[in-house]
Amino acid sequence: MSDLVRNIFRFIIFILVQAFVLNKIPHLHQFIVPYLYYLFILWLPFATPRFTLLIIGFATGLALDYFTMTPGLHAAACVLIAYARPFIITLLTPKDTIGFTYREPSPRGMGWAPYIVYTLVLTLLHHSYLTFLEWLDFGSFLYFIIKIVATTAISMLLILTVELMFPRKLKYRTNI
Amino acid sequence: MRNIFLFIRRYAIFLSFLVLQFLALWMLFTYNRFHQAAFLGVANEVTGRINTQYDKIDDYFHLREENKRVHHMNDSLMNLLHLNYNIPDTTQKLVIDSTKQDSLVKYRRYLWREAKVVNNSVNFEKNYLQLNRGAAQGIADNMAVISSDGGVVGVVVNVSENFSQVMSLLHVQSRVTVALKKTGDYGTLQWDGKDPHHVLLKGISKDIKVERGDTVVTSVYSYNFPPGFKVGTVDKITEDPSTGFFDISVKTAVNFSTIQQVFVIENLQREEQLRLAKDTERKIEQEKRTKH
Repeated sequence: MSDLVRNIFRFIIFILVQAFVLNKIPHLHQFIVPYLYYLFILWLPFATPRFTLLIIGFATGLALDYFTMTPGLHAAACVLIAYARPFIITLLTPKDTIGFTYREPSPRGMGWAPYIVYTLVLTLLHHSYLTFLEWLDFGSFLYFIIKIVATTAISMLLILTVELMFPRKLKYRTNI
Repeated sequence: MRNIFLFIRRYAIFLSFLVLQFLALWMLFTYNRFHQAAFLGVANEVTGRINTQYDKIDDYFHLREENKRVHHMNDSLMNLLHLNYNIPDTTQKLVIDSTKQDSLVKYRRYLWREAKVVNNSVNFEKNYLQLNRGAAQGIADNMAVISSDGGVVGVVVNVSENFSQVMSLLHVQSRVTVALKKTGDYGTLQWDGKDPHHVLLKGISKDIKVERGDTVVTSVYSYNFPPGFKVGTVDKITEDPSTGFFDISVKTAVNFSTIQQVFVIENLQREEQLRLAKDTERKIEQEKRTKH
């Protein structure tokens, strides 16, 4: 399966799972909204051009927005992490080797520690921005801080579960 | 000039990032004010189709509760039948209504339409429901939505061709005029975004006797809702020391996570009411001006 087809499938699955499974979970607590859909952006191949990355991020966020009736909210957060992603990857690239030798970020390829740092930073960025936008017209500052921490913890738990349950096959980078 | 092009070329990614951010934020903030955003009509149709498919499966999980609600509603209607009353009175006589045309149509105030909830959420600060009826079926903005057993659900805020969006009571911007059934005093119902089973009743002054368990119903002063429909029961009463009002927590009559069938209610005289209010304002203004 080519990268394009695989990613289109992933896009559909992530959006549907977020809209119809995670958003439908009976109310747990006001601070907890389980978010997973943005993992789609984190899983995109390293070779994705930065401009394409931004457009994909915007489209992903907007697709979810139309299900939750908040046009622009998730789109703004997704564009932010799509923009920040290449910087984080550059920071985590091992200096002694030429770079990563596989196609997309995964714990088996990158090693667990760098992968967790990578997801944690972007998750925190995504949730902070999202909660910040919600907080602008609603809520107190303490609420803002607690919500970021709680949603980040839940999202990290979900991401680790997904990584353990569905290990992706390592695809090595080729010259083709 | 050349430098400008060089600048744009160099920061192309950053600039496109800013443009997309700006676009997203613009959509977000205009939506909150006007309840409509770019492409929302088209998007509403698409999400509506997908939601309908999902809803077909989801329905089976709430059938028992829905049955109970419908049965309950039937029960209350059955009790209204004339059959139930047998008055041993000689003055009673049988009258057959021979008018074919309903002469009351002109004075009709509320028109009820049934609809089905295809999408619903309770987990966010701003929760919306999506109904399978839209502008083509006569739904318009500001119509009231009531659940199948008569509990208040929300108000229609946006319609597309075949679907409509309802702002649920569980929305931090929702404001509904309600009244205490016992005393008739009215207040405003809003939500603090915390618990999907409780909403807040504001504006009930401290000299009013309120008790736990009192029923809260829709007010006669509301332009959208027909009066007397149950909103919930008073659960907790706290005094706000800074104002002369109570902070009342109301347990909602509707369980928002299991809503299936709803009624959409149109106030046929809404336009007239609003026009009258506006005209009055203008008239008073003019009188004031002519006097001075």
